[in-house]
Amino acid sequence: MDFLIFQVPMLTLQATLDGVLLGILFALIAYGMALQWGVMNIINIAQGDLVILGGYIAYFMYLWGIHPAWGVIVSPFIMYFVGVGIYKLVINKVVDRDLFISILATFGISILFMQLMNFAFGADVVLANSGYGTTMLFDNSVTLPNSKIFSAFISIIFAIGLVIYMKKSKLGRAIRATAQNARAAKILGVDTEKVYAATFGINAALCGVAGALISITFTIHPYMGLPYTIRSFMIVIVAGLGNLPGVAMSGMGLGVFEEFADYILGTEFRIGSVFLLLVLILVYRRFKLSRKREYLK
Amino acid sequence: MNKNIILYAAILIFGLAAPFIFPAFKVQLSILCVLIVLALTWNIQGGEMGYNTFGNILFYGLGMYLCASVQVGMFFPLAEWTESGGEKTFVHTPEQFFQGMAMGLVVAAVVPTIVAGLIGYSILGLRGHYFAICTLGLGVAAGEISGGIEIIGAGQGFTTPPFPDVGSLEARGEFFYFLSFMAVVLTFITVKSIYSTRFKLILNAIRDNEDKAEAMGIQTMKYKIIGWMISAFFCGLAGGIMGGLVGYIDSTDVAFDGREMGVFMVLMAILGGKGTLWGPVIGATVFHIFKEGFWTFFLGWQYVALGVLIVVIVIYFPEGIMGWLREKYPERFGEVVDEADRKAQVELK
Repeated sequence: MDFLIFQVPMLTLQATLDGVLLGILFALIAYGMALQWGVMNIINIAQGDLVILGGYIAYFMYLWGIHPAWGVIVSPFIMYFVGVGIYKLVINKVVDRDLFISILATFGISILFMQLMNFAFGADVVLANSGYGTTMLFDNSVTLPNSKIFSAFISIIFAIGLVIYMKKSKLGRAIRATAQNARAAKILGVDTEKVYAATFGINAALCGVAGALISITFTIHPYMGLPYTIRSFMIVIVAGLGNLPGVAMSGMGLGVFEEFADYILGTEFRIGSVFLLLVLILVYRRFKLSRKREYLK
Repeated sequence: MNKNIILYAAILIFGLAAPFIFPAFKVQLSILCVLIVLALTWNIQGGEMGYNTFGNILFYGLGMYLCASVQVGMFFPLAEWTESGGEKTFVHTPEQFFQGMAMGLVVAAVVPTIVAGLIGYSILGLRGHYFAICTLGLGVAAGEISGGIEIIGAGQGFTTPPFPDVGSLEARGEFFYFLSFMAVVLTFITVKSIYSTRFKLILNAIRDNEDKAEAMGIQTMKYKIIGWMISAFFCGLAGGIMGGLVGYIDSTDVAFDGREMGVFMVLMAILGGKGTLWGPVIGATVFHIFKEGFWTFFLGWQYVALGVLIVVIVIYFPEGIMGWLREKYPERFGEVVDEADRKAQVELK
């Protein structure tokens, strides 16, 4: 291996740290996806577009002279209602139908959002400058933007907050009951329709937080949504539904993988390698499961 | 049966005469033919086999790149061709163009078929939504990766050989129209003939309950792969023709265009009615007419209209035109209906 990244240990460390911080953000998005997948059995292709929309909210706050970090508070509020709106308009009609119908319907929403954002915000790559500066480590050989550390920190706070909310609050308990058995929950007086709407809203709010953080840390662009959907899908299938430490771990793993792919293959293959990894993971999973099936026979 | 022959003859004659009746729409008619091929092949997976794929775009894009590369590479150095971009330093003579095109189409059809056979065993073992997302990833990955390969033009695109000067201005349109019309006829005949064999019943058994079909002693994997290879063959062919027709190949906007073509083929098959022979044909025709007729009114808002269209069709019209007709006129589809029973059903609704 004569790649530069393996010869210079500081570069390896840099890529790993970058990947871990990035992966925590991915894990937050994946957590939202796991939530609505588990509760409503829907795979939301528009997940990434909700993230980007959340990012634009923070970006506009930045344009209006408000510090974009406040987007972390404002964006989830707005995105919650966007999510509930999408649920009321589209998702509630596909919730108990064939899974492919929901994939295709959310794919339609994704195309719609992409294009509307393109009209509303323009096709430029934008970034909300937080002005947080950079932390230098190890004699200036490893640079970590403070915004990345900030975003990882905020992601962890939101994730822990949500876990506590799901455990303690009445709505959280209703959501978990619906995920276990929607019919039984209905019999026991849970308004599942409301629970579904709230779940989708919470998912969108999480996307909003993640989007706001992404607009501070990286860049946003109307057409960048689909990779985020694929990443969160990948994290969820690797970790399994309802396995929160697993989601965090596989999120970080994906982040590190991406950074290394970026260094070794070049930036133009970064997204391609993410999608290829998805295919490989699914194929691996298929062979593992088929071995299990044979064993059962 | 007699009626059917007249119908097919009428469609064939209309198809052959179409470019002379509507000379201004030759390119549109050719695109329509390609769309019909894509919808028909998608229907083999999505409709008959129950494997909803977004990944047939992979074979389409592969065919497109292969056809153009072979057509150029047979006579000129490929790297220099792509480097020169739009500036033409090499010109194909008519013989070279047609020879290259023929050879290119053969390669464009055969290689995707082999690829489908090779990856089929791993990919087709996935079920349901895992399959759908995996094929979606496959299509996007192919687009992203081909956009990084230098020899086929990388991010700046690949210009296919321009049609040679054969003395008539109409020749280009007619050539591509008849090429794509031939592809449609070939696809339709193949699909129709496989739908009248045991093969279709096996595909339907896989759709209805794969485990049960396996328990009945059907080697489901073998048939799934064969089905996918048939799709890949015609998708590659359609891609090769489309590449020549468009004249310019870009990795994510033309070849592996999951956002447009990849969704279109699903949408057309669902609009027409999946799991029927004529559904994809009707769906593609209606969709193309709608798209070309109204796209200009939406100027710039096409994708918004497309997104809304997908959502509306999927939610409110999932059974498609053929499904709707079947419900309305079951007698036409050879179903015996008890009149009293039907009335009772209507009243129940």
